[in-house]
Amino acid sequence: MTTPEVTLPADGLIAVVKRDCPTCELTAPVLAQLLAKGGVTVYTQDDPSFPESVPGRIDDTSLNVSHTLGIEIVPTLIRRAGGQEAARTYGWDRGEWERVSGVKGLGEALPPIRPGCGALNLEPGAAEDLRIRFGQTGLTARSVDFGEDEDEIEAIYERGWTDGLPVVPPTPRRVMRMLAGTTRDPKEQLGLCPPNLAPLTVEKVAINAVMAGCKPEYLPVVLAAVEAVLDPAFTMHGVLATTMFVSPVLIVNGPIRRQISMNSRGNALGQGNRANATIGRAVQLIIRNVGGGRPQEVDRATLGNPGKYTYCFAEDEEGSSWEPLSTDFGVARGVSAVTVFAGFGLQGIVDQKSRTPESLARSMAESLKAIHSVKLAPACDAMMVVCPEHERTFRQAGWSKARLLEELYRLCEIPGEDLVVGAKGIDEGYGPSVLGKTRNKFRPGGLFIVRAGGGAGMFSGIIGGWSAGGFAGSLPVTREVKS
Amino acid sequence: MTSVLDPTAEQSPSSRARLVRPDQLEGLTVGLLDISKPRGDVFLNRLDELLTGRGITVKRYMKPTVAKPAPLPLRQQMVGEVNLVIEGLAD
Repeated sequence: MTTPEVTLPADGLIAVVKRDCPTCELTAPVLAQLLAKGGVTVYTQDDPSFPESVPGRIDDTSLNVSHTLGIEIVPTLIRRAGGQEAARTYGWDRGEWERVSGVKGLGEALPPIRPGCGALNLEPGAAEDLRIRFGQTGLTARSVDFGEDEDEIEAIYERGWTDGLPVVPPTPRRVMRMLAGTTRDPKEQLGLCPPNLAPLTVEKVAINAVMAGCKPEYLPVVLAAVEAVLDPAFTMHGVLATTMFVSPVLIVNGPIRRQISMNSRGNALGQGNRANATIGRAVQLIIRNVGGGRPQEVDRATLGNPGKYTYCFAEDEEGSSWEPLSTDFGVARGVSAVTVFAGFGLQGIVDQKSRTPESLARSMAESLKAIHSVKLAPACDAMMVVCPEHERTFRQAGWSKARLLEELYRLCEIPGEDLVVGAKGIDEGYGPSVLGKTRNKFRPGGLFIVRAGGGAGMFSGIIGGWSAGGFAGSLPVTREVKS
Repeated sequence: MTSVLDPTAEQSPSSRARLVRPDQLEGLTVGLLDISKPRGDVFLNRLDELLTGRGITVKRYMKPTVAKPAPLPLRQQMVGEVNLVIEGLAD
């Protein structure tokens, strides 16, 4: 693409106007006045016949001149001298126009001041197109051109860039709009993306976020999630390469949840909310496209789980009496953050009769003890998603989250007699050295609680983890969301 | 024409030829790497017996966790001490 050539008068006055601006209409007689008193070059953004009072007006409907001059408001009046800008004003302000033009007695019949209107070259879409036209995108990713008759959705499938569902084609315009969602430099490196340990930049995150269907305002959440995933403590390579079911589960805390309308209530872990759906999907696409993590290649999952398309939800902080999950990882309440947990599927806990915290905790513990196998302890880390009607029982009894966790750990201490090979008629289990001892289902600190879900239903859910949980495997990681 | 930006790392894999396998193990030192998978030791212990029984020098190594790549110092240690490595990949 050839960059447009823009030639500006080296000396004299320049005005940029549009017809669809009452202040520009107002100043049309002033422009005629300036024309008569030494000259002014007038560029018109929308209607080349405007202003009729200036016969030599120049058509800038391409907005090339407006872009080159960096016009933000119309009308703008500029004085140039020796090929450089010497003075500028915008809107209508008689004193300012007289200062810039050096001509006195301008528009005496007009009110002294009127604000201008937004310039067309800054309108969404136009601004991105102009930066593309002038080669000022700041983007460094390779451009892939599809043929005229090629269906871009199909062309992207053929290149292996999708998770199996169609993606939004990441055109430069869309990617630039996505990058407007962050103040971070597109070239900033976030780290090495597993499994291929490929350098991951903010720009590549934005490209994949476009493909996932994200809005620009989701990008800071995607970036925080990616930073968490890339933390060596999360062990993304192992999470991907394992034969087990896990993949990153994203839990969002803080004000960003409501700012981008995430779902933390009814069907929070289900379909239908754009932010929930696309943020999780973006992370998966990044692992696939940048990291090179593909199923039946480095991803050796035996079954996988549906969350490998997307698995992201928000905590219902407003409806909870407990401290948010992010505070468990040192992030203050009220600060937006993403926690990433290597988890799989969802195992429902149904208890519609317990009305005491003791009974409900026992009920939950029995479900927790079934993760992976009733014969394995410790099995893995787990994230328990407690729904409102279950939390109510604990709230009414004054049980904090810490109290519930303490109780669950106590209840998940399992006698070796239940875990030994052959117990319960099951060959899975441990050797006779466990007899006479107990083992806990979870490592210390390996059980987490988050609050989400709709108001009806005496249910909760368990997101099981990876058998290599904890320090020997994957630790949950939390990152603050930055603008 | 639609142009899109490449979502991948824009890297192409480089190929390296495998090292030539030794014709015989006699006179070589064999490393046995336990990747910390359950029962990996059963397999490697048997190999150890068979190799040692043939007079071959065997050195044993172990990854701290199956979940992560072997730490660099361990890899460097093996490179410095053995001629070839055998590991069991899964349980």
